[in-house]
Amino acid sequence: MSGLRYVYAVCRPFGTPLPAQLTGVAGVPPKQLVHHDLVAVVGHVPEGDFAEEPLRAHLEDLDWLGATARAHQNVIDALTVVTTPLPLRLATVFRDDSGVRTMMQERKETFLRTLDRLDGRVEWGVKVYSEPEPEPEPESEPGRTGRTGRTGSGRDYLRQRRNQRREHEEKWEQAEQFARRLHESLSGYAEDTRIHAPQNAALSRAPGRNILNAAYLVPRTESEAFVELVDRTKDDAPGLRVELTGPWAAYSFSGEDA
Amino acid sequence: MTVVERREVALVDLLDRLLAGGVVITGDLTLRIADVDLVRIDLNALISSVNENVPAPWDDLL
Repeated sequence: MSGLRYVYAVCRPFGTPLPAQLTGVAGVPPKQLVHHDLVAVVGHVPEGDFAEEPLRAHLEDLDWLGATARAHQNVIDALTVVTTPLPLRLATVFRDDSGVRTMMQERKETFLRTLDRLDGRVEWGVKVYSEPEPEPEPESEPGRTGRTGRTGSGRDYLRQRRNQRREHEEKWEQAEQFARRLHESLSGYAEDTRIHAPQNAALSRAPGRNILNAAYLVPRTESEAFVELVDRTKDDAPGLRVELTGPWAAYSFSGEDA
Repeated sequence: MTVVERREVALVDLLDRLLAGGVVITGDLTLRIADVDLVRIDLNALISSVNENVPAPWDDLL
């Protein structure tokens, strides 16, 4: 059969069928490829889009990247309902079924070990933002020269700027301290943690500045307590915002070194 | 402070996981996008293309 194989995840065999109407990348329903005691969840994708060169070009297209990421996540979400999937990185592509089988055979031990480690666990994402700074007051500009004269106004202006900067630094330090404490207390509830790079506001369109962007591996049975703990932080620090995402499949904890 | 639980998954959160997380497999036709550095470059390119239309909010802080 023509087309390449896009692999979403590797799982242990699961009895429950995936929803019949489930589609993944390229609008194609995913299929299970069983290899001994592992299952790869695989979709056929066109070579015209997923061979190395076209894929490279597509990855620079935010719309394409977004649609593909969501389609990938759609399949992982469905898998999370029926099993604990080991998600693969976006756009892991093989030539054919036998390429996928060879890969599974080669990595069998690692996959089984990681699946055991992640079994019954989910990932929660927690981000801390500082709320956006209020606009600097426009009157610190030349408008006040009339009263104090040029020199005085310049000195006032500099003093004001210095104060603003100091306030800004203090706020920043408080925010970092809060984030550190929050991370420590959440880590106590998690089996493992990962710190992601702070998100770029231009891409996230989230107001304020991202101070902490962390992921926590939490047993499903402990998730409720974890969410409550995050929720309880809400009164701890004015001027900060905490965002919770999840539960995710354990994307951030799928590496061997985890 | 407010705690916000978003119902719809934001693309950046997804990309944090799909481009920096997940099992990385090399071999066969597997592509080099697994390379974190390359992903950074791609994302920077994306961000600058976003910035052309939307002025970055921190510009006046620098």
